[in-house]
Amino acid sequence: MLGFRALAAVTAGAAAMLATGFAAADGHKPKYGGHFTFVIPAKAPPSLDAHRETTYAVIHPARPFYSTLLRVNPNNPADPADFVCDLCVGDVPKPSNKGKTYTFTLRSGVKFHDGTPLTSADVKASFDKIIFPPEGVSSARKSFYQMVDSVAAPNATTVVFNLKYASSAFIPALAAPYNFIYSKAKLDADIHWYEKNILGSGPFILEEYQSGAQITGRKNPDYYLKGQPYLDKITGVFANKESIQVQALRGNRASAQFRGFPPKTRDDLVAALGDKATVQESDWNCVLLATPNHSVKPFDDVRVRRALTLAVDRWGGSQYLSKIAIVKTVGGIVFPGSNLAATKAELMDMDGYREDLEASRERARSLLKEAGVDLSKTYVLNNRAVDQPYKVVGVWLLDQWRQIGLNFEQKVQPTGPFYATLREKGDFDVSIDFNCQSIVNPPIDTSKYLSSDINPQNYGRIIDRKMDDLYNAMLLEADPKKQREKMREYERYVLHDEVKQMITLWWYRTTVHRSHFKGWKVSPSHYLGQALDNVWLDPDADK
Amino acid sequence: MRGLIRAFDIAEAGRNKVMNVATTTVDAAPVEKTFLQKLGRMARRQPLGAVSGMMILIMVLVAIFADFVAPHDPVTMNFIDQLAAPSATYLLGTDELGRDIFSRIIHGSRTALVIGFVSAFVGATLGLVLGVTSAYLGGLFDLIFQRIVDIFMAFPLIIMALAIVSVFGSGVGNVIIAITIPFIPKCARVVRSSALALREIPYIDAARACGYSHTRIVLVHMVPNVMAPYLIMVTSFVGQAILLEASLSYLGLGVQEPTAAWGLMLRGGAEQFFESAPWVAIFPGLAITLAVFAFNLFGDSLRDALDPKLRST
Amino acid sequence: MHKYLVKRMLMMVPTLIGAAILVFSLMHMIPGDVCALRYAGTGGTFDVNQIEQCREGLGLNRPLLVQFFDWIGGFFIGDFGTSMWTDRPITEEMGPRILLSLQVAIMATIISIFISIPLGTISAVKQNSWIDYTVRCISIAGIAMPSFWLGILIMLGLLAVSNQFLGYGWIPPIQYIPPLSDPIGNLTQLIWPALATGYRYSAVATRMTRSALLEVLREDYIRTARAKGVIEKLVVNRHALKNSMLPVVTVIGIEFAFLMGGLVVTEQVFNLNGLGKLFVDSVTNHDYTLTQALVMLVAFIFVVMNIVIDVIYAWLDPRIRYS
Repeated sequence: MLGFRALAAVTAGAAAMLATGFAAADGHKPKYGGHFTFVIPAKAPPSLDAHRETTYAVIHPARPFYSTLLRVNPNNPADPADFVCDLCVGDVPKPSNKGKTYTFTLRSGVKFHDGTPLTSADVKASFDKIIFPPEGVSSARKSFYQMVDSVAAPNATTVVFNLKYASSAFIPALAAPYNFIYSKAKLDADIHWYEKNILGSGPFILEEYQSGAQITGRKNPDYYLKGQPYLDKITGVFANKESIQVQALRGNRASAQFRGFPPKTRDDLVAALGDKATVQESDWNCVLLATPNHSVKPFDDVRVRRALTLAVDRWGGSQYLSKIAIVKTVGGIVFPGSNLAATKAELMDMDGYREDLEASRERARSLLKEAGVDLSKTYVLNNRAVDQPYKVVGVWLLDQWRQIGLNFEQKVQPTGPFYATLREKGDFDVSIDFNCQSIVNPPIDTSKYLSSDINPQNYGRIIDRKMDDLYNAMLLEADPKKQREKMREYERYVLHDEVKQMITLWWYRTTVHRSHFKGWKVSPSHYLGQALDNVWLDPDADK
Repeated sequence: MRGLIRAFDIAEAGRNKVMNVATTTVDAAPVEKTFLQKLGRMARRQPLGAVSGMMILIMVLVAIFADFVAPHDPVTMNFIDQLAAPSATYLLGTDELGRDIFSRIIHGSRTALVIGFVSAFVGATLGLVLGVTSAYLGGLFDLIFQRIVDIFMAFPLIIMALAIVSVFGSGVGNVIIAITIPFIPKCARVVRSSALALREIPYIDAARACGYSHTRIVLVHMVPNVMAPYLIMVTSFVGQAILLEASLSYLGLGVQEPTAAWGLMLRGGAEQFFESAPWVAIFPGLAITLAVFAFNLFGDSLRDALDPKLRST
Repeated sequence: MHKYLVKRMLMMVPTLIGAAILVFSLMHMIPGDVCALRYAGTGGTFDVNQIEQCREGLGLNRPLLVQFFDWIGGFFIGDFGTSMWTDRPITEEMGPRILLSLQVAIMATIISIFISIPLGTISAVKQNSWIDYTVRCISIAGIAMPSFWLGILIMLGLLAVSNQFLGYGWIPPIQYIPPLSDPIGNLTQLIWPALATGYRYSAVATRMTRSALLEVLREDYIRTARAKGVIEKLVVNRHALKNSMLPVVTVIGIEFAFLMGGLVVTEQVFNLNGLGKLFVDSVTNHDYTLTQALVMLVAFIFVVMNIVIDVIYAWLDPRIRYS
């Protein structure tokens, strides 16, 4: 369905081991035992309930304790459209009733870690909480399931999803890594129970959670995939600072970090560790946007917004910024690895992507003049207090806009106040924003750019029905070739015709782990492939 | 028992005195010569003081003429020379965005000195006025004011500053506020103890007898006589303020990019790439240390010069 | 004695109440609240009702005065409340972290004593010699050096040295090792932050030792001892040093109370999950109850430390003891 660029490209020189990943291809059989430690590059999440959260700070520590109904094939996560059954048996079911009914048969004999059996009632209760949360319960991805009419559990091993209309977006949405299956008994007793507690049926059993510091799990001997997991014990250590993460790998205090490092760090680690470090790389389904506030002057003026985008040297930035930040790929609103994405030629036909940078900037300066922009004023770029890549890209944008005479200052805020500014306060001129998704599903992912009243996560205070119509036409188009054309129209309208928002650079995922850590494979999302049931440690690799 | 209690009070007074010396290094000093004469004498007797004075002078000049001294623009990125090692072009190397570290340190001295001087001066001056007033008025005002000072003194500076900066937000102006506020009670406490002795001197009574207003007595007759501890406080506050600013910026709550600031330069890339590019981490820290070192040494020598008890014989 | 102590204890109360009012007001002045952060702090769709329910549940909709008295009232009955961020009892959140921070603080204090007393003594005895100037420079540099920078340098040094001599890069463990389960591992982890903070605090104590000793060395009885022909080493060790310890003890005590502040930044460098890190996290999370409790803890340590110092003072100074 989707074609992907070459992944797992290793460029760090002869010293780096080629990351081939797959067990068989490695020429090694998985080894049993061992205590695997990894760093979680985040602060502790507000809650442990993944249904509610949108951050990898929940996925990385908690995913190994849970099962999901479907998941991305852990042995081929590079293609996030390759879904396999986790709790269900057989292949991913095909819909019946003209695409409106999906019937799942569950594995029998699966148990929660407290010994209670996992049945279809638990699956139904979990998805009811995700899709139809009762009042007072947040479900972060509720909007992904608008096609779902009801969930039923006719018997202990059967779950049926009834849709309102057939939709190709349903299965990808169902396979989201956040959809942990919870115990109905616990949810019935207290629907908020999972915010503070962990009880799943996954490959590992929670041993200890030291809030904000570390989480430890031990092997689940009754795990339903026979022979797995391979590890005896796992520990995730929260380390928000990138320097700590690097040092942890450097000094072998941790074997992996699953988000990604800038290439410079990769090179440093490979230089220091030689073949004891393994590098895996991939395009990344995350992008940073620069969103102008359409409700403040002069950014309500398309000429000013066009000047902003014209000033940005994306091709140059891709080359230089990618050395020190986790961004790299120049792209439009669609994940560059997808076949719905714009080609380089199509990109270069839009303002801000053109070849002649100086001409673009000259045009930008005259546009500012024409619009009568006050160049003596300092404007505010709202940014999030996260170094990688937010602050790096923010500083870069400031430098780019300075070249056309526009002065910005950064207002760097911790995540909470940052969102308060975007949502309620709106006291910014331009803001950094991001679109980061787990399953690659461009028609859904690009809903980010819909009018602010339709998608409240468009923080630009933008209302434009023509834009919404272009999106809907693209979404409902069944023919892939035509859908691609309609995506171009929508994209061009957002980025070029009206310059509603600006795409900066798509992220590029460079993971480094110790070579004794085997079986894990990089994917275009740091939310995927984190169950850790198929990974193992090979002490021989350190010799 | 009563004697014992008095003994404890003596002990407490001693402790307070010691605290003042420890954290701010002051006692009442005689008022016999002009400030310039004192400076001259200090330079002769305090070679370390003279050296540190020179260092401060150079720093101030560098900050004022930063635009002429710095070989490169401190915020312009130069992607061709990312993390370049020290060389003739880049004396102290470049950071991860290709910005010249030497130039950023030079411009950073502006940030440091502005924050240092403004918060030290404002904090100490407000403390001076409040401390002298408290000593002069005595009674209930003094009692209540001293309890308020107690409350502020019970917090480490960084904790106070962190809380204040979360209220006001980051940025140079707010950092100055966050650093100034905890300085006020610190200075007030020290100045008050010097001024208490002053209150008993007959000429204050004389001034009162002349019918001068409280404001006039405090500002004209008392304040000039506690200048010595005040000056020492200001010097030591500058150093402390520079350190505080660096700590806040390091925590990400102080000055924001792309402003050149020393603490900020030690964040992010400095730690992340320190093994392959140690210059990014070493030089800004050295700048902070040297600056604070100079101010502390100067304050130290100033105290030795102004405090007759410690003067070498 | 008892009467005095009781009086001092009672004097603590207004200070602590004042501190409580101060921190409560400061926290409630910070824009945004913990519920918005917890339920809408990261992207994605969220239910406004849940934020409202959370505010209701935490009592944030009540008048400020009611909230204040509810909170402060809890303190008097030993109820420190629950963290607004994690909903866990504050004692549970602080417990393990207090142990860690306390251990680092004690180790740092010991290190600072071992550095400061010999250095301060030699500096005073050789006043105005090059030794004196060197020691003063070292100690002033200690105060001048940001402890987080010293921490970075230590890490850099560890990597360089271990690479050179062990052939691989060694860094301290990144997860907390309790001292009872593995004392050696615990020590290899915590000695570095203790060094970074200890050196800094030794600076203050060195200066204090020097000036206190200088003062004592000018006393009449020292002159008498010297006139009697007592050798200089004995004069210093037997007569002067003991009598100059008073202010030094004071400084070390006060600095101990302030170590908490120093740890705020140092714990970040070494990824230690101690009180300092908890403090920074709780402020950024707008966790009112936890921040307030932490600040009260620091204020309490400070006030108690002052009383302890007074008692030691009385014990060390015969004039006070026998008067």
